[in-house]
Amino acid sequence: MSSNVKAQVAVSRQYEKENRTLAVWRRLRSNPGAVVGLIILAAMVLMMIYSFLFISYQDIYTINSKNRFAPPSSQHLFGTDESGRDLAKRIAYGSRYSLAVAFGAVAIGVIVGTFFGAIAGYFGGWVDNLIMRISDIMSSIPSTLLGMVIVTILGPNLLNLLIAVGVTNIAGFIRMARASVLTTKNNEYVEAARAIGMSEFRIIFTQVLPNSLSPLIVTATARMATSILAAAGLSFLGFGIAAPRPEWGALISGSRNFITYAPHLCTFPGLFIMLLAFACALLGDGLRDALDPKLKK
Amino acid sequence: MSNKAIETAGSQQAVITNNEDIVLEVQDLVVHYVLKKSVVEAVNGVSFKLKKKRAIGLVGETGAGKTTTALAIMNLVPDPPGVIKNGKITVCGKDMLSMKPHQLEKIRGKDISMIFQEPVSCLNPFLTVGEQISEVIRLHRGADKKSAAQEALEMLKLVRISSPEKRMNQYPHELSGGMCQRVMIAMALASRPSLLIADEPTTALDVTVQAQILELIKDLKNKLGTAILLISHDMGVIAEMAQRVLVIYAGKAMEYADVRSIFKKPRHPYTVDLLKCVQRTEQLFRRQINLNKAVLDPVNVPLGCRFHFRCPDVKDICILEEPPIIDFDGGKVRCWKYAEELKGERA
Repeated sequence: MSSNVKAQVAVSRQYEKENRTLAVWRRLRSNPGAVVGLIILAAMVLMMIYSFLFISYQDIYTINSKNRFAPPSSQHLFGTDESGRDLAKRIAYGSRYSLAVAFGAVAIGVIVGTFFGAIAGYFGGWVDNLIMRISDIMSSIPSTLLGMVIVTILGPNLLNLLIAVGVTNIAGFIRMARASVLTTKNNEYVEAARAIGMSEFRIIFTQVLPNSLSPLIVTATARMATSILAAAGLSFLGFGIAAPRPEWGALISGSRNFITYAPHLCTFPGLFIMLLAFACALLGDGLRDALDPKLKK
Repeated sequence: MSNKAIETAGSQQAVITNNEDIVLEVQDLVVHYVLKKSVVEAVNGVSFKLKKKRAIGLVGETGAGKTTTALAIMNLVPDPPGVIKNGKITVCGKDMLSMKPHQLEKIRGKDISMIFQEPVSCLNPFLTVGEQISEVIRLHRGADKKSAAQEALEMLKLVRISSPEKRMNQYPHELSGGMCQRVMIAMALASRPSLLIADEPTTALDVTVQAQILELIKDLKNKLGTAILLISHDMGVIAEMAQRVLVIYAGKAMEYADVRSIFKKPRHPYTVDLLKCVQRTEQLFRRQINLNKAVLDPVNVPLGCRFHFRCPDVKDICILEEPPIIDFDGGKVRCWKYAEELKGERA
């Protein structure tokens, strides 16, 4: 009898449920693109940590007028800017702002946009109409203008900049989530879920949304780069992170006057934004595949 | 005139309801699909009763209103465009049509469960089989994750799926259609419902698996005491499973009788047609010509009997006037043929 029970336990051990996150991670690891993206992102995060530990405020703000516009060299890896400050250090220091804006603004857009978009698409009717008309109004205002208004109301600092850019992202995600939910909600398993007595909200979040994620993930990663640039635009206009702070977008816009004279000043920050966007896109693609149980092998 | 006859038939049924064994009672159900320019009368005055441990077969061709009836019982008719115009549905003494959404959520999946036609597409591709069965148990029995998973495994064993431990952690796309149907049945029965609605449970499966699934449902019915509403267009399946049969054509009940009397002495010409399809498969093609001759346009329902332009015994009155429900020994039929007999007897 007891040996029988033991055998049964052994059998069920054998099929012990693999943790969902672990399973996703395993699938992500086997995707070369995603691994490259992860490595680039990890390097950027490391760079940010390094800047917190070893780069002081003086390092990046002290002006050295003898060494202006130095080209890249072994001493100054990416050269120096118009005030003789080391560009490599400034980029490393600025990663904290840029990463925060890229992830924060997109996160706001995804979370808020998906929530309302899913509700609009799932319930339809007047709820749909209300949400979509509000989103229409939001997307009819030029995003820079909308961002400026929000920063003006809230006051210029990193968090508010992030909120401003995030809000301009929302309308796009509402539209995307709604479209995606509209196609998923008519699946038979949604009806089956209703038939077992699931509540509508539970159906949205356990049945419909997980099956509508892929376009959202792809859009989210594409929005990262545009969010950085939008934040840079706002910063440039004086609504955002104040000028001497080396946010990547601000670095580009600050050095646009010297683009013919010292092209490295625009090139390197631009390269970093591109790398970030590239890494996110790779990771997003990989994540989309890894989250889909049908593409398991 | 004819409506009066239906009404009296309805009220007659209403009188004989005080019976504790009755799990499901549908009275004079009318469901319309209201489209932009037209109204489809999907179900039009269907009534029946179902007792514990019994099975009733709902037969009819595609579009006859079988699935709509099933959805109406769960109060799940898609709205818009569906509107339940009239009728009363009582499940275990509870009036399904007057209940609020949160009350319905407690009954769906607990007192009534449903097995759908397409087992594979009715399972969420994002969750493992084990998670989906556990979900039902957690929703309706308040069990914690671990005991729900244990129970789910028990259910998988009950529906005799091969290597149930392995299936627990598999996704629906990794299983075959028959296995998915077993999972659906496990899900449907996990909360020990009093009523199981099986909407063409075997249509998507091949013949050998069909037999196994039917055997399984029958077995579980006896084991768990569940009442079954079996929807099918296959008379063979009905004969295998049901005790009573309700034949629907274009949303109207045409004949309602014991399974034996349906097969031995089908009264309505439509029932006869349906039976011929099963009994003489070699003649199916010839029959089909007749069956396809005129498919009813659900928007423009004709005057008179709905079946008249396919009926082999059509008479003048059939075209002009809707036939009344005629009671006979152990059943009911809606056909002028017997009304005439009745008249003749009286005269």
